[in-house]
Amino acid sequence: MSANLSALFYLVSGILFILALRGLSSPETSRQGNYFGIAGMVISIIVTFLSVGNFGPGLIYVLIFLIIGGSIGAFIAFRIPMTAMPELVAGFHSLVGLAAVFVAISAFLKPEAFGLGFVDQIKLASLIEMSLGAAIGAITFSGSIIAFLKLKGIMSGAPITFKGQHLINLFLGLTIIFLIYFLCRSQSSNLFWSIILISFILGVLLIIPIGGADMPVVISMLNSYSGWAAAGIGFTLENTALIITGALVGSSGAILSYIMCKGMNRSFFNVILGGWGATDQTSSSKSKEQKPVKNGNADDAAFLMKNASSVIIVPGYGMAVAQAQHALREMVDSLKKNGVKVSYAIHPVAGRMPGHMNVLLAEANVPYDEVFELEEINNDFANCDVAYVIGANDVTNPVAKSDPQSPIYGMPVLDVEKSKSVLFVKRSLSPGYAGIDNDLFYRDNTLMLFADAKKMTEEIVKSL
Amino acid sequence: MEIDPFIFRLSIFILSIFVGYYVVWSVTPSLHTPLMSVTNAISSVIIVGAIIAALSDSSESIFDTSNIYGFLAIVLAAVNIFGGFLVTQRMLQMYKKKKK
Repeated sequence: MSANLSALFYLVSGILFILALRGLSSPETSRQGNYFGIAGMVISIIVTFLSVGNFGPGLIYVLIFLIIGGSIGAFIAFRIPMTAMPELVAGFHSLVGLAAVFVAISAFLKPEAFGLGFVDQIKLASLIEMSLGAAIGAITFSGSIIAFLKLKGIMSGAPITFKGQHLINLFLGLTIIFLIYFLCRSQSSNLFWSIILISFILGVLLIIPIGGADMPVVISMLNSYSGWAAAGIGFTLENTALIITGALVGSSGAILSYIMCKGMNRSFFNVILGGWGATDQTSSSKSKEQKPVKNGNADDAAFLMKNASSVIIVPGYGMAVAQAQHALREMVDSLKKNGVKVSYAIHPVAGRMPGHMNVLLAEANVPYDEVFELEEINNDFANCDVAYVIGANDVTNPVAKSDPQSPIYGMPVLDVEKSKSVLFVKRSLSPGYAGIDNDLFYRDNTLMLFADAKKMTEEIVKSL
Repeated sequence: MEIDPFIFRLSIFILSIFVGYYVVWSVTPSLHTPLMSVTNAISSVIIVGAIIAALSDSSESIFDTSNIYGFLAIVLAAVNIFGGFLVTQRMLQMYKKKKK
C-alpha cells in the first residue's frame, strides 16, 4: 500500500476518533460513538499491516501477541466491578505509557525500520520526538502505577512529602532536558537509557505527594500525559492517526483536570504540589467534637423520608466504598411508590475520578435523567424536604461559603443545609479528607445516622 | 522554498488540540468516566508503531531486540484496546432513561 494512501486512511481513523468523543455529548449517541472509535482502531491496524507488507512468519507472532493482549483486556473489561473503575483507568494509563516507551526504544534501536535514518545517525527531529515521547511515556507509566497502588489501597492514600521534594523534581526535569540535548549531539544510547530511567523516577516522585481525594485530578492529568506521549511517538512515526489521537487525549485530560480543580477551587499547581491532608488539623477538630449532635436511627430516617414530598440524594466516595448504590436504588424505589419525588445531586469531585458517581448510579439502574450536576440542582435544596447525604462530606460543608479562614473556603459546595432536614449517613464524626470539621453535623436540622452506608440504607429499606 | 513536512504534522497536531478542546467541553459531565476509558482505548493506536517495530525485517531472526520491544508493546496496547473499548461499552449500556 502506498504511503499516501495509508496516510489518507490514518486520517480517516483520526476523524473516527474525533466522532467517538463527539458521541459522548449525550448518552443516546454515546454507544454509536464507541463503535466509531472501534472502527477507527480496526482501520488503523489493518492499514499498518498492509503498508508494512511483511507477511512472513513475523505476522503470525504479531497476531498471537495481539490475541494474548486482547483476551487479557477483554477478560478484565468483563470482570471488573464498576467501583474499581478509577484503578482500572489508572492501570490502563500505565500500559499506554509503557507501550510508548517500548515503541520509542525499538525506534531508537532500529531507526531504519521506521525510515528515521540509521543507528548513530538518527534524524535530529526524530531523535527529539522519540526521546520526548519516551520520557513522557515513562513518567505516565510510573506515575500511573503509583496512582493505581494508592487507589487500590495497596499504598496509603496519604500524601508522602519530604523536604526539598519540589526542588528535586525540578532538578530531574531539567536533567531530562539536558540529556535530550546531549543525546542529539552524541547519539549515545547510554544517554537514551538514562533519560528513560530518570523519567521513571520523576513519575514516582510527582505522584507520591498527592493525597487520596485529589485522585480525580491525578487521573485526569495522567490521562493527558498518556495523550502527549502518544503524540510524541506519532511525530516520530509521522503518523496522522497517532498525532490526532494524542492531541485529542492530551486536551481531554487537561480539560478534565481543569474541571476537577475548579470543583475544589484550587489551582492545578496547588494540587500537584501536595495535598491538603499534609496539614495537620487534628488538634482543632478535637475540641469541636464536644458539640451536641442529633443522633437518629433507620426508623427515624424512614419516617422522615416517607412523609417528605421531595428528597435529594447526595452520594460521595463513601457510597462507592460501601458498595451501597444498589441498596440506595431500592430505597429510592420504595420512596417513589410512596409518591416521593427523588433526585440525585452530584458534586464534580465526588468519588475518585471524574463522573465516578454517575457510573455507579447507572450501574444500579438509576435513570440518568434523575441525576443532576451541582449547578443544575443547587437551587432545589431550598425547596426540598429531606437531603440524604451518603458517603459525601467536604462537598457539603457550609464552611466553604462562610469562613474565609477555612482551607476549603470558596470551593463550590452543595447547599444541603438549606433543605428542611438533612440525613447524614456516616460512620463517625471524623473529619473528611480536607481535615476540617463539617459544620453540617451540628446543625439543628441535621440528623446523623452513624452506620455503614450500605447497612443503614438497607435498614431504611426494611422499615419503609 | 519547500515547506518541511514537519510543519504540516505540527499544523495537524495544533488543530487537533483545538478540535479536542471543543469536543471535550461538549461531553456531558455524567459521561466523564466513559470519556476517560475511551480516550485510553484510542490512545492505544500507538499499536501502529508497535506493529511496525515487530514486523521490521532483520538479518538474523525475527526476535531481534527491537522486535521484542515491538511485541511487548503490542501486548500492552492490545490489552488497552480491547479492555478500553469493551469496558466503555459495558458502562454506556448501563445509562438508561426513565421508563415511562
